[in-house]
Amino acid sequence: MTVLAQTAVSGAHPEIAWAAISPELTLFGVAILVLMLDTAGEQRPGASLLVLGVTLVGAGLAGVATGAWVLPALAALAGVAQLALTARWRRRPRLLGAVLAGAGFVATIGLTAWQQATAPAQTVVAGMVAADGVAHFTRYTVAVAGLLTVGLGFGYLEERRIHRGEYYPLLLLAATGMTLLGASADLIMVFIAIEVLSLSLYILTGFPKRDLTAQESALKYFLLGAFSSALLLYGVALVYGITGSTNLAEAGAAMAVVGTPVGLSVAALALLIVGFGFKTAVVPFHMWTPDVYQGAPTPVTGFMSAATKAAAFAAFLRVFSGAFGPLVLTWRPALYTLAVATMMVGALLAVVQTDLKRMLGYSAIAHAGYVLIGLMSVSRDGVSATLFYLLVYAIMSVGSFGVLTALERRTHKAVALDDVRGFGRRSPLVAGIMALFLFGLAGLPGTAGFMAKFAVFRAGVEADLTWLVVVAVVSSVIAAFFYLRVVVAMFMDDEPPEAAAQPPLAPRGAVAASLAAASAAVIVLGVVPGALVDLASRAATVAL
Amino acid sequence: MLADYLPLFVLFVLALAFVGLSLLVASRLGPSAPNPTKNAAYESGIIPERVNDVRASRFTVKFYLVAMLFIIFDVEAVFFHPWAVSLRSLGWYGLVVMAIFVALLFESYYYILRRGGLDWD
Repeated sequence: MTVLAQTAVSGAHPEIAWAAISPELTLFGVAILVLMLDTAGEQRPGASLLVLGVTLVGAGLAGVATGAWVLPALAALAGVAQLALTARWRRRPRLLGAVLAGAGFVATIGLTAWQQATAPAQTVVAGMVAADGVAHFTRYTVAVAGLLTVGLGFGYLEERRIHRGEYYPLLLLAATGMTLLGASADLIMVFIAIEVLSLSLYILTGFPKRDLTAQESALKYFLLGAFSSALLLYGVALVYGITGSTNLAEAGAAMAVVGTPVGLSVAALALLIVGFGFKTAVVPFHMWTPDVYQGAPTPVTGFMSAATKAAAFAAFLRVFSGAFGPLVLTWRPALYTLAVATMMVGALLAVVQTDLKRMLGYSAIAHAGYVLIGLMSVSRDGVSATLFYLLVYAIMSVGSFGVLTALERRTHKAVALDDVRGFGRRSPLVAGIMALFLFGLAGLPGTAGFMAKFAVFRAGVEADLTWLVVVAVVSSVIAAFFYLRVVVAMFMDDEPPEAAAQPPLAPRGAVAASLAAASAAVIVLGVVPGALVDLASRAATVAL
Repeated sequence: MLADYLPLFVLFVLALAFVGLSLLVASRLGPSAPNPTKNAAYESGIIPERVNDVRASRFTVKFYLVAMLFIIFDVEAVFFHPWAVSLRSLGWYGLVVMAIFVALLFESYYYILRRGGLDWD
């Protein structure tokens, strides 16, 4: 709000807080860089040198213009580093792309930590972008999910021969949209960010060009996604019609004024709920989820389920719990119904699935319902519980899809429940890690999943949503059945004879490192969650 | 408040009525004697090669690439115009920002070029 005064553009150039949006700029810049280097083909070192030159000139100009030398120096350092990497892996463009993408995600985490430590919670860039706890936390979640995805997906994409040069740029662009969505303080920005992430994900879903399932799911995702984007935009238009502003703070304040036409407000809120509900896979807008999760390349599915959910819920949180918080009595009944339906439908339909990717897809739907409880609490605790839940869910989700990725590389087809029978006897370590993720998703004590669920449920009870929490607990019990069924199949059933011929699964390199990091996070955050819970509760600031 | 939307509503009703009326009049008054040539596409005056079996005919996606390229430069023009109008007041800042914008557009152009988007055959 305070920023509005500064943003009156009076002929001079507008005030743009480059530092505040540096995580997004980094992701975007690395995406362009990787795409350029890939497109340059054999002239890769030459293109890299050109990029270094541009970086140095840009960094120098920025240094002169701003008088601050930290960012330009870092940019120059990054330019030199990328030149060295390009020279090192000149003949291996995919590895170069993967390493640069990973470096981009690491840099995003670093820049976010720097921003969180130094910048106050406020809105920047003419009130378009919020630099607050929710934005920072979403950036962490998305970057962690992206980093794990890069490590887990490399070998899989190679073996399926779908490791095209556009993969890493698209992943980074999707991440750009996601972090931007978490930081959007204006409904137009929300829409743009959703489009950026969606368009990238549509293409990533259909990445296996010759795979009919992938093509079907990509088309389904695209058509339904475009439809839901349109509904969201109608909602934005109605909000603008009622309040005369798309800025969340102004629109929220104007909507809360007595005398606002109730019919229009309800219609606007309903359309926004449909739009967000689609992106977060809330029943009854979940129809695309199992199909798309099943058809997309498995690493992409993991990234999609974790990071999209985190980003879309962050925006959902900011819009409903933040801006339209005063209207809670108007929208809570609708979300209450949706949350109950989401939790029950997700858990019940997951029980009858045999394809593990589909099962995890329905489990993602159920988890969306649990997150809704935190959102509906409209309290500081609710916000911090939601953020914590989303991060923990992201790690567990990417991890479990990562194990499925490794399994698929062995079976060369979709992994069904029958395929993992006896898997725990042959490869106890990998099966143990999978079991850990499934325990976490089920919310068993000792894992991070328990702490996350506990925080969300407590926030719900404190906000007088006790019955909703009861439904959530029932849903969790149902969900525990299908998670544990996989564990039972892995460790207690006998191997099918054809699986006995296969060697045990022993991931190496980046896959092993990613799985180890994710499983360590699930245990550590489950046993000593203090530091991250503290971070989440400090991040529970919504700047409007 | 709601009354402000009345003109919009009236326009909506009129648009619907116009479409409905046109269709009705055309179906009632117009003679109907379709043949394959009549039903053929007439846009741009190009006669499709296989009129009788449109579903089985394949059409090249090269036109789609041309359309994409058109969009790239079309969008560029859209953003160039306001910049040109306020060139003096924006000064160096505007120039640098537009340079970044054009560089990003050329990045897409370079991508299309290298991926063979401009090779017709």
